Amino acid sequence: MQSVLTNTNQLEATALKVREHIIKMSTDGGCFVGASLSAADLIVYLYSEFLNVNPNNLTDPNRDYLFLSKGHDVPALYGTFAELGLLDRERLKNHLSINDNIYWHPNTKIPGIEFHSGSLGHLPSVAIGVAMDIKIRGGNNKVICIMGDGELNEGTCWEAVLVASAYKLDNLIFVIDRNQFQANMATEDLIPLEPLHDKFTAFGAAVKRINGHSFEALHEAFSAYPFETGKLNVVIADTVRGKGLPSIERRADRWFCNFNATEVEDLLKELHGEHTTQLTSETLVVR
Amino acid sequence: MSYEELLTEIALSDERFIVMTAENRALVRNIPAKLGNRFIDTGITEQTMIGAAAGLALRGRIPVVHALASFLTMRAFEFVRTDAGIPNLPVKLSSFIPGFLSDGNGPTHQAVEDIALMRGIPNMTVFAPADEDDLVKMLPQIWSHPHPSYVRINTRKTDYVHSPFELGKAEVIAEGDDVTILTYGLLFEQALIAVEILKKEGLSVGLVNLRSLKPVDEQAILHATRNSKLTVTLEDHFLTGGLYSIVAEVLLKHSLTANVLPFALNEKWFKPSLLPNVMEHEGFTGKQIAEKILGYNTRFHQPEISIPQFSE
Repeated sequence: MQSVLTNTNQLEATALKVREHIIKMSTDGGCFVGASLSAADLIVYLYSEFLNVNPNNLTDPNRDYLFLSKGHDVPALYGTFAELGLLDRERLKNHLSINDNIYWHPNTKIPGIEFHSGSLGHLPSVAIGVAMDIKIRGGNNKVICIMGDGELNEGTCWEAVLVASAYKLDNLIFVIDRNQFQANMATEDLIPLEPLHDKFTAFGAAVKRINGHSFEALHEAFSAYPFETGKLNVVIADTVRGKGLPSIERRADRWFCNFNATEVEDLLKELHGEHTTQLTSETLVVR
Repeated sequence: MSYEELLTEIALSDERFIVMTAENRALVRNIPAKLGNRFIDTGITEQTMIGAAAGLALRGRIPVVHALASFLTMRAFEFVRTDAGIPNLPVKLSSFIPGFLSDGNGPTHQAVEDIALMRGIPNMTVFAPADEDDLVKMLPQIWSHPHPSYVRINTRKTDYVHSPFELGKAEVIAEGDDVTILTYGLLFEQALIAVEILKKEGLSVGLVNLRSLKPVDEQAILHATRNSKLTVTLEDHFLTGGLYSIVAEVLLKHSLTANVLPFALNEKWFKPSLLPNVMEHEGFTGKQIAEKILGYNTRFHQPEISIPQFSE
């Protein structure tokens, strides 16, 4: 892998498009817009630069795997699929349509989705099974599991770290979207996670903590894979919930959003730095 | 052939098989040395084991997973339902000490709702062998079937030689006009004794070993309820959701009714003790079953019930 990232501009352009897709999906029923925006950059980076996944190898056993355990940020994944040619852009308009399978959590009927999710704390173990099989077969595929920081409340995430460490799964990378929020609360106000780096280190993982919105930082971290022979890789990506939309950034009450048409129009302008949006739609929506 | 011998033979001859356990090695003691890295012990993590089994199945493997019945079906329930059930992956659950077989452990270890829970999961198949011979006869078909499965492992030895297994079919041992006992699992042994007593008392008695609880042999149930004056359901399971419920569902589906006497745990866990004491205390010995059906005491001598040889 190249050590210097030469296409930062292109990655940023792709991420901007992905954010547009996310905003467009946050109406007519809405979606988990804040968590999707926080994970957008790292998902764009992983599919553009790190993972051996493309439209022609989706069933190839030698492909890399990405499991989205915090499934509610799937608009970021579908937006990325659309921009990288895995999914027809037009199909994103089917969000929540009864005639398609694009809804608030991932479904394997969408090409590129490796496993369904929605119930937190499940995919770390599923990813372990895949990583174990790759080890047994002597393969070189990489396996990524993206988890939310709130998701780390679930005990099975920590079970998975214990087991992955015991089995020396250095082909497995847990990526934490550390956006500081879980649903409607700041993580540190409810169930504090810090010092998170130390927790994973104490559980036997090799850990890197980076700015999850910097493509250079993402590249530097993932270029070092595998971080340490025989150790589970963990990347804590510090991110901002709602990144790209100042009117909802870091707001506990803007978790699940169902914006009206005017808000969507204004938010798209806000994304491009042209506007500040007056939000009028309901907050603290629970889905 | 024992469970472990069969599993070893199949796993060695077919690379797809992975043997897993959540640190419960009673059924697979010699397998680690024979299977190498296709044996995976995840430690006391039933949920993680099931998730990992799903991941292995995604890669084309057939994981046969082992844990105590109560933890496999209840602690890991959502993982079984969500990670094996929804994607319909061939994760093969081998549940250790189900029902009365948890004898002295107490209610934490009593899986007496496992059939109800597992058969409620779409795509899941559910089986309960009468003894080791029955178990070994059914497993090759269950493990080669493309769906997730749940098997109440029962390695008790009896003298009974079972007929060949057919998935979804019950084993009809005998037909009778007066009474037919429908049962599965470890109580088959007691049912045989009950049948003997009832026959001595002059009744025409049928006996059906259900074997496959999902898919269930509807015709065997309908035949028994149509042809006998009394149908008995006999199970070491809660009254809710097990065989009694299955029979009710089948009858209702066909707009039928029948006289059904259930032997099951009604809104209670069983009193923990060694297996023979448990069976006696709860009224599930062959003699007690027969006498309850007859409504009077007999002179029959109940054969001794052996204590299970395994431990955790």
